[in-house]
Amino acid sequence: MSDAPFTIRGTTGDWEIVVGLEVHAQVTAKSKLFSGAATAFGAAPNTQVSLVDAAMPGMLPVLNGECVRQAVRTGLALDAEIHRISRFDRKNYFYADLPQGYQISQLYHPIVGEGHLDIEPEGEAPKRVGIERLHLEQDAGKSVHDAHPAMTFVDLNRSGCALMEIVSKPDIRSPAQAGAYVRALRSLLRYVGSCDGNMEEGSMRADVNVSVRRPGAAFGTRTETKNVNSVRFVMAAVEAEARRQVDVLEAGGTIVQETRLFDPDRMTTRPMRSKAAAHDYRYFPDPDLLPVELSETFVADCAASLPELPVAKRSRYVEALGLTPYDAAVLTAERETADWFEALLADLVRRTGKPATELAKPASNWVTGELFAVLKRTGGGIEASPVSPEGAAELLALVADRTLSGSLAKQVFEAMVETGDSAAAIVDARGLRQVSDTGAIDAAIAGILAANTDKIAEYRGGKDKLFGFFVGQTMRAMAGKADPAVVNDRLKTALAG
Amino acid sequence: MEWRDANRMTALTDLTLAAMRDGLRARSFSAAELAQAHIAAVEAARPLNAFIVETPDHALKAAAAADAALARGEAGPLAGVPLGIKDLFATEGVQTTAGSKILEGFVPPYESTVTAKLFAAGAGMLGKLNMDQFAMGSSNETSAFGEVVSPWRARQPDGALSNRVLVPGGSSGGSSAAVAARLCAGATGTDTGGSIRQPAAFTGIAGIKPTYGRCSRWGVVAFASSLDQAGPMTRDVRDCAILLQAMSGFDPKDATSLDAPVPDWEAALTGDLRGVRVGVPREYRLDGIDPEIAAMWDAGLAWVKDAGATVVDVSLPHTKYALPAYYIVAPAEASSNLARYDGVRYGLRVNEGGSLDAMYEATRAAGFGPEVKRRIMIGTYVLSAGFYDAYYRQAQKVRTLIARDFARAWESCDVLLTPTAPSAAFSPGDKADPLAMYLNDVFTVPSSLAGLPAMSVPAALTATGLPLGLQVIGRPLDEAGVLNAGFALERAAGFAARPERWW
Repeated sequence: MSDAPFTIRGTTGDWEIVVGLEVHAQVTAKSKLFSGAATAFGAAPNTQVSLVDAAMPGMLPVLNGECVRQAVRTGLALDAEIHRISRFDRKNYFYADLPQGYQISQLYHPIVGEGHLDIEPEGEAPKRVGIERLHLEQDAGKSVHDAHPAMTFVDLNRSGCALMEIVSKPDIRSPAQAGAYVRALRSLLRYVGSCDGNMEEGSMRADVNVSVRRPGAAFGTRTETKNVNSVRFVMAAVEAEARRQVDVLEAGGTIVQETRLFDPDRMTTRPMRSKAAAHDYRYFPDPDLLPVELSETFVADCAASLPELPVAKRSRYVEALGLTPYDAAVLTAERETADWFEALLADLVRRTGKPATELAKPASNWVTGELFAVLKRTGGGIEASPVSPEGAAELLALVADRTLSGSLAKQVFEAMVETGDSAAAIVDARGLRQVSDTGAIDAAIAGILAANTDKIAEYRGGKDKLFGFFVGQTMRAMAGKADPAVVNDRLKTALAG
Repeated sequence: MEWRDANRMTALTDLTLAAMRDGLRARSFSAAELAQAHIAAVEAARPLNAFIVETPDHALKAAAAADAALARGEAGPLAGVPLGIKDLFATEGVQTTAGSKILEGFVPPYESTVTAKLFAAGAGMLGKLNMDQFAMGSSNETSAFGEVVSPWRARQPDGALSNRVLVPGGSSGGSSAAVAARLCAGATGTDTGGSIRQPAAFTGIAGIKPTYGRCSRWGVVAFASSLDQAGPMTRDVRDCAILLQAMSGFDPKDATSLDAPVPDWEAALTGDLRGVRVGVPREYRLDGIDPEIAAMWDAGLAWVKDAGATVVDVSLPHTKYALPAYYIVAPAEASSNLARYDGVRYGLRVNEGGSLDAMYEATRAAGFGPEVKRRIMIGTYVLSAGFYDAYYRQAQKVRTLIARDFARAWESCDVLLTPTAPSAAFSPGDKADPLAMYLNDVFTVPSSLAGLPAMSVPAALTATGLPLGLQVIGRPLDEAGVLNAGFALERAAGFAARPERWW
């Protein structure tokens, strides 16, 4: 029996899977790794190409310090070893969208060494995945094969853009872990600000290395499925490729170490068109570039510039703010959400003078409930929220001081979303202020009781459930503005007779 | 043209850069006259095939600007000086081929840092100088635009000039021929393993390869990035100092550029070598050394002693591994540097077979000459899986050892004095065996591997009247010491020979 979280039951027994991921993350930088050309996505073809990117004769690469900084910051966020000396190598091969005839990468001496990433796979225990290395390299251009029947077009906009290749150790054992790894890495990169994590635009893509083995046996032969560009596809590629390998092995075949492609339409992998011979990339140190030497000050500055990272933030939310682990995870999954929540909470503390520990829970509930519902409806992220954290704090402060009941707050929030007006303005204009005046409430209760003497009898006869009926009637009589706590209290007294 | 005018024109083309500079400031002649005299000389010297492209308009325009600037009294240091530019330097709006068919018709939309500096200093360009293809060669025979013919001819026993054609050296052979033939007083060269010094020696002129990193490589078509260095070729040492000063300086666009101040090298030329220790590397005393070369070397040692130097024996024990290491490192880098000439974006494209690979193969087969192909193949081989450790890695270790040899030598001497080349100029076809050709670099390659400044100074003539050069090698960044030793040698040698005009 296997204690692996995921096994494939074959006809000959169980199989475990072993997965390692190589994630290519485009570094957020205004210019490319070795040239001053811009890097914006979606520009017209060949408009973001410098003489260096087009490999004109005599052009030379000059390292972009911002890309180094982002790689180091990312390495620190992965708790990884930062190599004080690293070096760039040339990976030589010919292709139309590779103008230099080589890619500048870091094979022998990467800038970042071993580290780790903590993940929380769905339905499995949390896990720590080892990071083998992180290195900087150039992206290639783009070949467009389908724009002309006989010709291929080349767009060099992406040529020379800085990529971080982040290589995990083969520690991943299930599709859920693979998905959680990509999610956690994407979240971390976005917290650090070193990559926008935009998988649709290709800012982040994964090469998926998969092998299968009998429980506890040595690693099998792996295949590499290239350029998988969503969390869902990574999980699907892992499972599909593992199942394919099991089928091959159980049919008496052997796994060939090869490069494969994921077909998102069929949710399967297939071999890449095999280039005649295996590439010999003839790596050697790029003589145009000096070794990269990092000073201790530089590394310390990078460390000081890091924000609070998701793992630390999550535990602070639980321990210091008293949120549930689930809510903490939801709020910290994206840096933007956490920032929004923290801005709201800070403003709420300021407005109410109450401690954050008391306000965090209702604020968290409101964000994950009311706000997320509205965002889901309007279809935007939190950065496109129709209300600001300060506007929301104003609303929640009115709840905290009992000006608004929960249900009134809902109405006010809807009105805020609709009109863009502030909570206070809506409360004033529409008279939505909660009524706690016992005189008005008692008068309403007296009217309700007078009109329902039969129900009073039933209630007093033991039909407790009718209490809700009286509450509803009273609230209706008060046009929903009565303080529900006061209504409850007064009704109980009145019904007790 | 009246004889006086003709004489005046000849006199103008005989001037050194320093004399031009002084004459222009004294208004003895105009920059326009100077340019016209050189343009005429260039046109008259077409049998030498020194230029791939002539750019008289560029020279005239710079001359007009210089005359105006001189009139205002605000001329740059090279105002009105017409120069030849090796075709390895990208020149904006002017074809740049590196001597190869694969770049025929390529007109860069950018100016190399070195030429931009020269033009900013007021110099004009007479044209793009022929060269060995991609700077690979020691004789100019590998140019795709025909070989350059040396202006020098040997003298027969009866004193008459031989008809036998000689090579101008290489790869900066267009540069050496043009400067020696008085087509320009100065030219840019580049030196990877001796490509400034050996042609300078072959043509009786001076040339210096500065410390690696002194001159920006930005806009210079790359041969071997870790070795390529630009430098000046002129008729005397003072002009080398003047031109090098204008070419040098930190360039943030070249990551290997040296961020070091550029001294006033001309001011350092005293010829006084008192207190200077001149080293003689014993490993350079090759068995079977040409007696004329040996005699010149001995004379050079006597001259430096006369100038006040002491001569010391030094050892550079790894010298014999320099040439093999060089012919691994340089082709390895070249095989990668030349991958960009693929027919996709610029230069030659030969469409055959309808596939990308077929296009690559046809383009590169047609575009590169045999020597370039040979070096790409050598370089590809030494970087290949399974051979990398045995060749490339070993060569890099040798390179480190050679640099260490020099560093040890500097403990006991300040400059080294050696011959520049093992022989005088030879004739095209004499060294059909590539290995024989490679051996021509034996004295120049070690200092290239170590990135050291080194220059060649004309020192003597052979019995048949062909020039020979002495090489001075210096410490990193000590161009001043190298130039001053060269200056002392030049004065002592009193080299006044010039090629007799036959073209």
